Amino acid sequence: MNAISHTAAVALPIPYASDERGLVPPAAKPRKTGRRRLALGRAIPLGALIGPALLLVIWSLGSVAGLIDPRTLPAPWSVVGTAIDLIAEGKLQDHLMTSAWRAAQGLVFGILIGTVLALISGLSRVGEAIIDGPVQIKRAIPTLALIPLLMLWFGIGEGMKVTAIALAVLIPIYIQTHSSLRSIDSRYVELAQTLRMGYGEFIREVILPGALPGFFLGLRLAVTYAWLSLVVVEQVNATSGIGYMIDLARNYGQTDIVIVGLVVYALLGLGCDGIVRFFQERSLSWRRTLAD
Amino acid sequence: MASHLGGLSGAPVVRVESLVRSFGPRTILDGLSLDIEKGEFVALLGRSGSGKSTLLRALADLDDKVSGSGRIETPDKKSVVFQDARLLPWKRVLENVVLGLDLPDAAERGQVALEEVGLSGRETAWPVELSGGEQQRVALARSLVRDPDLLLADEPFGALDALTRLRMHDLLRQLCARHQPAVLLVTHDVDEAVTLADRVLVLDNGAIAADIVIDVPRPRDHGHRRFGEIRSELLRHLGVETKPVLPV
Repeated sequence: MNAISHTAAVALPIPYASDERGLVPPAAKPRKTGRRRLALGRAIPLGALIGPALLLVIWSLGSVAGLIDPRTLPAPWSVVGTAIDLIAEGKLQDHLMTSAWRAAQGLVFGILIGTVLALISGLSRVGEAIIDGPVQIKRAIPTLALIPLLMLWFGIGEGMKVTAIALAVLIPIYIQTHSSLRSIDSRYVELAQTLRMGYGEFIREVILPGALPGFFLGLRLAVTYAWLSLVVVEQVNATSGIGYMIDLARNYGQTDIVIVGLVVYALLGLGCDGIVRFFQERSLSWRRTLAD
Repeated sequence: MASHLGGLSGAPVVRVESLVRSFGPRTILDGLSLDIEKGEFVALLGRSGSGKSTLLRALADLDDKVSGSGRIETPDKKSVVFQDARLLPWKRVLENVVLGLDLPDAAERGQVALEEVGLSGRETAWPVELSGGEQQRVALARSLVRDPDLLLADEPFGALDALTRLRMHDLLRQLCARHQPAVLLVTHDVDEAVTLADRVLVLDNGAIAADIVIDVPRPRDHGHRRFGEIRSELLRHLGVETKPVLPV
């Protein structure tokens, strides 16, 4: 035994010090407890529904126990009853269609304009110089603050509402797509160069697919922004739509109708997000991320 | 020393004359000249920062942001294999192989190339589903499907484990024997250079410090006496002194 292990053996008068091989440090013992894995575990089935269901249970129990004043928040079943009445009268569908049509138009225009601006600004220095500044200025101004100006320009009709929604939608589309375009790995640009790709092919095969994750993130935000703006424009000046229905009910103190309107907004928002996510997952199936 | 056996007939496919490349005040390549014959396999050795990659990037037309002078002649049909496989993650394997290939029979050619690198059946896999060695084989297929007259490889096996690297050496040798491109292989692995190349260059201080024709018979055995001699000589040029492997 050499000097070092001999000293150590004296210093540590415990059984393994007399081990033939010399020292076995305590740290070398096998660990029984597994280390915490850094990746997330398996997804909980229908996990997304657990939180909302819990809220619904609390709401129901509060209503049954009389802890919640119906004037503040009617019981879930009376909200459902009101919704059924509204559907029977045909009002809810009408308002819903109006709102959905407005949101859809605003989304389509906003996505198109936002994407085109992002491409022009992302793919050329001149384009960036011209476009990026104004978009950043627009981003700094809340859509709500633009409504008086839009009313002066477009009146109080559908044009104003769709424009307001489109203006809100194009911002996240532009920001996310642009930053995603600009952060495409320069190694892929080199590759395209050595493969002698044409400019069009380079855009189609490298730039656009590379920017797709950013575009989809922008799209998910855009859908949320569309519904947010819808609420604003429908409560400022409208004679139809879910927002108008809510505003009218507020005047008459019909809390149940207000709640129905809010639930519809929530379902629409979630539904649209689900649709976007469905397309996102299909288009980006080549990725491996923390969520997998 | 510069006389080499292969390709005595015809003009060289690569001709570099008085090449200078500098980054700011630092001169990386200082009047470098180099010829590569048709079908010749040249390995380029050099210490880190000796300018190996700078030379390769100059030949690959990837150095437009670097200042310099000199004359470079390379064939039109050339392809590059990088240290990373550099597959587009959003394209399936076959799509990656035929990327930018504007031919009516691109898909069939791509399939043949994948078969050559032993990856038929994986056409529709995503790059992320492949191992590092498989990804690099796809990158090789992507280069060869273009029938290059010049293959530029920048430490293509540097990121692979030792066993995979040996298999890749065999594969590259076979593929080069079949397709006959001129090859410039940048590497820092002396054994790799001596195993694969017809001629090995050592780059030092921005110029070629040694130019050695490898006259070890193929298949090359690392235990061969001549292999050991060349290896020692190359290491000496690289600034590493070694004792002779075998008593001479």
